[in-house]
Amino acid sequence: MQEAMIKRAKELLADGTVNRVMGWQAGEFAYDITPTVFSSADELDKSFVYNDFCSANVSKYMINESRKDGKILCFLKPCDSYSFNQLLAEHRIWRDHVYIIGIPSYGKVDVNKVRAKGVTGITGIRTEGANVVVETIYGPETMVKMDVMEDRCLCCKSKKHMVYDELIGEEGDVMESSRFDMVEKLENMTPEERYEFWRGELSKCIRCNACRNVCPACTCENCVFDNPNSGIANKAPSSDFEENMFHIIRAFHVAGRCTDCGECSRVCPQNIPLHLLNRKFIKDINELYGTYQAGEDVNARGPLTNYTVDDCEPSIVHHRRG
Amino acid sequence: MQRIGVFVCWCGSNIAATVDVQQVSDALAKEPGVVYSTNYQYMCSQSGQQMIQDAIKEHHLTGIVICSCSPRMHETTFRKTAAAAGINSYMVEIANIREQCSWIHKNKEEATEKAIILGRAAIAKVHLNAPLTAGESPVVKRALVIGGGIAGIQTALDIADAGFEVDIVEKKPTIGGKMAQIDKTFPTLDCAACILTPKMVDVAQNEKIHIYSYSEVESVKGFVGNFTATIKKKARYVKEDICTGCGLCTEKCPMKKVPNEFNQMLDNRTAIYIPFAQAVPKVATIDPNACMMLKNGKCGVCSKVCTAGAIDYTQKDEFIEQQYGAIVVATGFNTIKLDNFDEFAYSQSPDVVTSLEFERLMNAAGPTGGTLLRPSDHTHPHTLVFVQCVGSRDVSGCGKPYCSKICCMYTAKHAMLCREKYPDTEVYVFYIDVRTPGKNFDEFYRRAVEEYGVHYIKGMVGKVAPKNGKLMVQASDLLANDQLMIEADMVVLATAIEPDESARSIATMLTASMDTNDFFTEAHPKLRPVESPTAGIFLSGVCQGPKDIPETVSQASAAASKVIGLLVKDKLTCNPCVAESNEMMCNGCSACEKVCPYGAITYSDKEFRTPYRTTIMRRVASVNPAVCQGCGACTVACPSGAMDLKGFSTRQIMAEVDAICK
Repeated sequence: MQEAMIKRAKELLADGTVNRVMGWQAGEFAYDITPTVFSSADELDKSFVYNDFCSANVSKYMINESRKDGKILCFLKPCDSYSFNQLLAEHRIWRDHVYIIGIPSYGKVDVNKVRAKGVTGITGIRTEGANVVVETIYGPETMVKMDVMEDRCLCCKSKKHMVYDELIGEEGDVMESSRFDMVEKLENMTPEERYEFWRGELSKCIRCNACRNVCPACTCENCVFDNPNSGIANKAPSSDFEENMFHIIRAFHVAGRCTDCGECSRVCPQNIPLHLLNRKFIKDINELYGTYQAGEDVNARGPLTNYTVDDCEPSIVHHRRG
Repeated sequence: MQRIGVFVCWCGSNIAATVDVQQVSDALAKEPGVVYSTNYQYMCSQSGQQMIQDAIKEHHLTGIVICSCSPRMHETTFRKTAAAAGINSYMVEIANIREQCSWIHKNKEEATEKAIILGRAAIAKVHLNAPLTAGESPVVKRALVIGGGIAGIQTALDIADAGFEVDIVEKKPTIGGKMAQIDKTFPTLDCAACILTPKMVDVAQNEKIHIYSYSEVESVKGFVGNFTATIKKKARYVKEDICTGCGLCTEKCPMKKVPNEFNQMLDNRTAIYIPFAQAVPKVATIDPNACMMLKNGKCGVCSKVCTAGAIDYTQKDEFIEQQYGAIVVATGFNTIKLDNFDEFAYSQSPDVVTSLEFERLMNAAGPTGGTLLRPSDHTHPHTLVFVQCVGSRDVSGCGKPYCSKICCMYTAKHAMLCREKYPDTEVYVFYIDVRTPGKNFDEFYRRAVEEYGVHYIKGMVGKVAPKNGKLMVQASDLLANDQLMIEADMVVLATAIEPDESARSIATMLTASMDTNDFFTEAHPKLRPVESPTAGIFLSGVCQGPKDIPETVSQASAAASKVIGLLVKDKLTCNPCVAESNEMMCNGCSACEKVCPYGAITYSDKEFRTPYRTTIMRRVASVNPAVCQGCGACTVACPSGAMDLKGFSTRQIMAEVDAICK
């Protein structure tokens, strides 16, 4: 896959279709993959990687990249294509400045799960059938891929690209997913239990803002959390209330626009399952307004910014638990 | 820094009895920026207003806070007062210490504390107020009337009479509504058709009135003076302009077993039909659910016999878009379904009928040609029992909590007509109360009892049981303290009325408010009874509350006069409290544009300066202040907080909240 991608990227650079390529390269460590813009064939040969650690969603980078001169080549996994499409719907990306190649994704590997198996000194990774082979300085380690796959990939919602100019590899389908199981579990808790759960999780927050920075739905020109006059800008929380409210406000903010890409939880250094807040909103929207997937249709009117006479009445809130 | 004056109103004893007004004005005098604070018995009176004007001049006030009744009541009054004294109208804030404080509290101490807090919130807001100037918008000189019953007809005639164009949208194939189904009218007993049909003809012949029959309002956009309605003209499969209404098709149509709505399903009609002889427009309509040709392409008799060539099986629903300055709701009523009233055996015996069905049974154009016959065996009934309040004044939840208002009078009418036409009948009326307020109403009822010998019995019917072709009516006579068992031939149920089922969706479309019974609410129950709280929407007839014909007609004319008063104006003063977009914060995401009900928001690409002498193109929203109605939907939809509402900015609201929570 990596070779095919580099080959095609070089072709598009050579024929002038694009002048830059959005991709991934290794960071300090082999598993520490960083999204990068490449502007020459040499750079691509030297450091472009695509492997099971390349889970970063690069669609948000297109907001700024698409405003620059010339076209940029962007590789999108199916889940990234939803985010990209949602940003298109919000007019945040200049579509004609982006050339999209859709690439398949069979699930990405969570390095923490690999480490938990006692593997250290990781230098690379490759897939072999249902297994992954992790290269280490101590030699290769083979393990079942399902065991080390990211949680969000285990309940993947779609292997189908919502937007692309061309595809490399096979196109998949929208899938039945069990992604709301945990939300349901939370819904069935008593309010006290649920409060305890969220207090336990949210009290870990260090307000690093990584979740906000990575979120493809968090793209305001001026974020309220960056406004020094707001009294709530990036800082250590002065009370429990603040650390709770930061995430709840953010969940409300992206409600109806969140595509459930799961980047927030992936980047959280404290491993807070932030995606559950967003999934609760998605589940509620599905139940109250009919199934809706943000980013699926660029022309769709999201149920929270649309009105029909069939919309549920506000009193529904009183009839529902939690 | 503002120089703020606070004026606390006693509203006679309305506020002063529950709120210590002196304490409120003293406490608010200490708030930052307040340079003058006082209280007075009636702030809205001439001398109260003078007091405000004098204070503005003497203390050089820049903003004022009035602690009084709801802004709905007197905000305009005090804005005018302020303007007359030389400060901008929008530098006035009202703290509602009547409806939201004194009226709902008993404890004076608590109410006083709350009044102070409400006043403090208004002061906090006025600190951030800025002078606003209202613009103007033009008025489309055309009215839309939804519903073509007697209410809609009268409203349309009166508006047209004043020289304005009116469109009536009626969902049935003909105008006329319920009144067309009624036999005689109380208290004069003149025939309903004789007084209604000339009015229907007037409507048809009036050049200013256009009837969209068999049509429904699909959507309404815009605001007072500038509504845009989409009207769905349902396919009637007959070319309206060609059909002469000769009725030959209705005679030849082989599909003769379609229940006839006009006769309350008591007889049948054909698949192609004209509801009744005096229908307006007198045009045939094909019922697509019954027509063999439309269902499976076999038949076509009507098109063969139609000499005018008016039949068109390929007709499609047509959508018409039209501009209006005002909209009148005249959607009327229906009798309630009797599923919850099994004790009256309505579903078990055809001889138990609703009063509207009874109207048809007595009507010369009805299923029996005006001869009163039992629906079951077409024999002449000798004993009739009328049951009042079936589903009205019902707090059990089976029916409606309100009084349907018309039943006492029409039951007296039915009983009287029965006794007059058929002196051999015994007529019983069971009632909870007989309510006859109205000109000549009580005299009418007394005549039924005294001259016509109708047996009025105070008490309710407990059960009706069909037995050997008779109806066994078990009832109680509360005055005689007696249990009765009457062997009746027919039972007539004075069924409660409820707003038409289309009312709720129309209310939603018009953003007009409704009460819990789905009756439209008026802007003020006493002082603005024919206007909806939504500007430009007017109410006519039973859609606003139960009414008889005389009341409906007077309300219809009242609504018309309000519409005329609006349409004669060339310009309306706009609300200056409109949205505005902060381009520096706007993401260009279109969320606001999607939720704007008025289409007031547009987008453009603009160049913005960025650091190091570079620029960037960004898509940003702008609001057309002449179109914006200040509803504020965009301000909450905007994810980046770029949209704000003048006069109700986020900062102002937060300042109020902070003042309350202090």
